[in-house]
Amino acid sequence: MASLLRPHRVPRLCGRSYSTAPTPSTRLNLPIDYKSTPLLHHSSSSLSNAFDLPPSSTSKSMNLYQAINAGLRTALSKSSQVMLFGEDVAFGGVFRCSMDLQTEFGSERVFNTPLTEQGIVGFAIGAAAEGMKPVAEIQFADYVFPAFDQIVNEAAKFRYREGATGGNVGGMVVRMPCGAVGHGALYHSQSPEALFAHVPGVQVVVPRSPSQAKGLLLSSIFESRNPVVFMEPKVLYRATVEHVPNEYYTIPLNKAEVVKPGNDVTIISYGQPMYLCSAAIAAAEKALGASVELIDLRTIYPWDRQTVLDSVRKTGRAIVVHESMINYGVGAEVAATIQEGAFLRLEAPVKRVAGWSTHTGLTYEKLILPDVARIYDAIKQTLEY
Amino acid sequence: MAFINPQDGSGIPTYRVMDSDGVLVDAGRKKLDVSNEEILTWYRNMLTVSIMDVIMFEAQRQGRLSFYMVSAGEEGISVGSAAALTPDDVVFAQYRETGVFQQRGFTLKNFMSQLFANANDSGRGRNMPVHYGCQYPRTHTISSTLATQIPHAAGAAYALKLQSLQNPDTPPRIVTCYFGEGAASEGDFHAGLNIAATRSSPVVFICRNNGYAISTPTLEQYRGDGIASRGIGYGIDTIRVDGNDIFAVYEAMRDARKLALSDGGKPVLIEAMSYRVSHHSTSDDSFAYRARIEVEDWKRRDNPIIRLRKWLENEGLWNEDMEQETRASIRKEVLQEFGAAEREKKPAIRYAFEDVYDELTDEAKEQMAELKRILETYPEEYDLRQFEGGIKGLEKE
Repeated sequence: MASLLRPHRVPRLCGRSYSTAPTPSTRLNLPIDYKSTPLLHHSSSSLSNAFDLPPSSTSKSMNLYQAINAGLRTALSKSSQVMLFGEDVAFGGVFRCSMDLQTEFGSERVFNTPLTEQGIVGFAIGAAAEGMKPVAEIQFADYVFPAFDQIVNEAAKFRYREGATGGNVGGMVVRMPCGAVGHGALYHSQSPEALFAHVPGVQVVVPRSPSQAKGLLLSSIFESRNPVVFMEPKVLYRATVEHVPNEYYTIPLNKAEVVKPGNDVTIISYGQPMYLCSAAIAAAEKALGASVELIDLRTIYPWDRQTVLDSVRKTGRAIVVHESMINYGVGAEVAATIQEGAFLRLEAPVKRVAGWSTHTGLTYEKLILPDVARIYDAIKQTLEY
Repeated sequence: MAFINPQDGSGIPTYRVMDSDGVLVDAGRKKLDVSNEEILTWYRNMLTVSIMDVIMFEAQRQGRLSFYMVSAGEEGISVGSAAALTPDDVVFAQYRETGVFQQRGFTLKNFMSQLFANANDSGRGRNMPVHYGCQYPRTHTISSTLATQIPHAAGAAYALKLQSLQNPDTPPRIVTCYFGEGAASEGDFHAGLNIAATRSSPVVFICRNNGYAISTPTLEQYRGDGIASRGIGYGIDTIRVDGNDIFAVYEAMRDARKLALSDGGKPVLIEAMSYRVSHHSTSDDSFAYRARIEVEDWKRRDNPIIRLRKWLENEGLWNEDMEQETRASIRKEVLQEFGAAEREKKPAIRYAFEDVYDELTDEAKEQMAELKRILETYPEEYDLRQFEGGIKGLEKE
């Protein structure tokens, strides 16, 4: 179930677009300028007041894959129980996330496995059951399905079925690059978080930035006593660069983050679409004079319903944005929860902006996935309802 | 140019210590390194499993428990192999290894508590019957999903190896993983053996080849030389043994354990040949797909319990009186624990929600409160008397 492509070439975004490119008249669907987005810490000074980041620390500017690498290095140094394995992780990984780690920590703790996803996750479950902290890598989230049985029937249910014996696999983390990358087509674009969010027993985490990735990853490895599915938006591996604290720090897995306060409508999202939301909000606030609150879920399941409900009870309107398909997606659960928990405060139907319920055909990607225009339109429609 | 034809080989031989009359095949061989008392314990353990099987199968037929699976004909494999393990070794089983639990010290009370899903069940009443589990000696709780435990065993064994490397005071430990020949067709078998081989995990895989996976005979399960021939393809030391010969099984496991701990660790595969003389489970009538005469033949011809009994009698260690007396006392004990377990309450209701995560989520707490409201509003719809603490069992002790 390996990638047909030489995967290390996939994430390197080339200038050429494989689908509809912006024209001179494009105002909304412009490429995201990660160098100026307010969602990233472009200087070390903005770190000190940042939500859930350590108050004072030295930092280093790095991209997402470097932050993951730094997180893994911190984890491997902190505890000899941590192991790192998967397909091609020994030479540094096809996305460079495990670079130099085998040299530093040895081939007993950082190693390649045979090409078998069910084997990788099954192996991690066994190691975690005997008290280790295995961090298993699935090369692309698109290839996690052979391990679906191991995650759903085994990892998720392990503690429950062991009961009083105390057996559990809480030490394990399964990392996987996810999401669209511009030309990943059917099998290098998927975001299966909703499938895992339907499974009690696992925690599902999606970071949006380098600093968040390091803190959430360390939290998944050391703070969580449950199996974690950790999904890394691969389009952000090189694109997002920001200051990341050098020290060990964790970000709680049960808290959403209010990224930007607002009064008229709440947008709930996570991962890469957070940047699309941020751009759409900037345009809408300018054009419509509205004030939009933006929430990053960070943990998809079990998720922070209180932060979302508090926000919607204040704004009275909500939009959920994600890349994966709309049908039975995360947006369905969030919308239903809002409908139940903020019914009397709602002034408009909860809107879902997500991928259309089709596959990510190569040439159609930009038409299938949510973009700034669709999010802008959703804000407008929700406000005008 | 020559294609290799699998039929050309002679097939992997089956290791045997005693014949079906309980007589050592090689009369001049060294004595087994086990005391007669220990061998008598094995015999008693096999008898216990076999007697419990008959009683529980009947009990299921009477509707007193929901499900059961006997291990008739395979008691020798599980008791003989488990006898070669230390209590610190870790076991992953499939579900027809009751003898492993018996040999590792699981009590009749433990068995009955699990079968009746009562308040003393370590699985907290969550699993179907025969899904036993034990904290120490660590014998992981059984899950119904076939073969998933095979890669677990590879990873667990690798963990034990790392722990020994990191702390040389840790006693050397192995993992043993049981599965049937049908489960060996799953992808997880391939994944598990291959990954164990490449990571040099100290694990012994033991396949119970009993001829059937529910209704499917091995002719429809594979065309190679059983499961053993595959081990060689993965680069794994492999042996085939007579599963009705508890001495052969014990010796194979004893040596496999040593082998697994040699050279910094490596996996070993044992294929134990037997015949599933019983139905697959209480939900199965096996005469729908195999002849009664075939089963009767096997029962008469060969059986691990009768074989060991003949050896014990040849050695003057056993006789008909001892047999009758032992059977009667085991039967009495089983029935006693059966009755006691049946009378026990079910675990508290909150265990339906606990242990999904290490802590209850807000969502779980809300759902528990909602369930409480429903139970209080419609008390006549629910009989909570069988659960420990009734409706109060929803709250934390």
